[in-house]
Amino acid sequence: MADETLFQLLHTEVVAAAYGGGRGSGDEGQRNGLTVLEGMGFRVGQGLAERLPRGALVFKEELDTIKFLCRDLWGAVFRKQTDNLRTNHQGTYILQDNNFPFLTQMAWGQQYLEEAPKFLAFTCGLLRGTLSALGIESSVTASVASLPAWTK
Amino acid sequence: MAVCIAVIAKENYPLYIRSIPAEHELKFHYTVHTSLDVVDEKVSAMGKALVDQRELYLGLLYPTEDYKVYGYVTNSKVKFVMVVDSSNTALRDNEIRSMFRKLHNSYTDVMCNPFYNPGDRIHSRAFDNMVTSMMVQGC
Repeated sequence: MADETLFQLLHTEVVAAAYGGGRGSGDEGQRNGLTVLEGMGFRVGQGLAERLPRGALVFKEELDTIKFLCRDLWGAVFRKQTDNLRTNHQGTYILQDNNFPFLTQMAWGQQYLEEAPKFLAFTCGLLRGTLSALGIESSVTASVASLPAWTK
Repeated sequence: MAVCIAVIAKENYPLYIRSIPAEHELKFHYTVHTSLDVVDEKVSAMGKALVDQRELYLGLLYPTEDYKVYGYVTNSKVKFVMVVDSSNTALRDNEIRSMFRKLHNSYTDVMCNPFYNPGDRIHSRAFDNMVTSMMVQGC
């Protein structure tokens, strides 16, 4: 269905609205925009944590919860799973997605690299919200190496 | 039929508690409060048992001469406690489970409502109506 496209379009507009109307000007405006987006993602994450699991979640350890995020949460929101999960077994986890849906539509290369964080804030909040509803306090950061290439 | 239904937050304060008939409200508040200990016991017992299958439905928490108390925990550690009258024909386990499932679905809807802040008391009319229907006729 067209669900993914609709969600991407909505997300683009949400980002534009968070920064529109002069609110996005200056450093403080930028920070406010990121905070607003992350807050939105947090609330959505809390709702998703309630709705997603069909039945009891048996997590013997934190890693299982993160795996649930990578598979089920990503699958529900982006219709795909994360490509790679790394951990240092001391509380840090790196989720890697090579085709992040919100960024694939942007131009290839370094040109829009500074704009990328705006499009990642909501997703960071989403992860943080879901984790917090499942009982894990966390902080989520995102980084973009370079915008994806699209070859015809 | 259910005589009292309560939704307890993760930090063990009530998000929603309603009972009929109204004159025994305090007694039911007290009953729900004491049942929280049993809930915690069951949840920690299940965690230690290293059982692969864990259930959201906790089952009968404890019976008294007048009524029975059933419990249910969600994945976000929100607890539902239901007090059922013993005197009428005993409700089957399946029926209790389906009542809890309905409660869970309604609670999920409340949670997804953007105007609801997690941790506030639940004022949703849809939730109220669902609880009323459960108290009046069961499932």
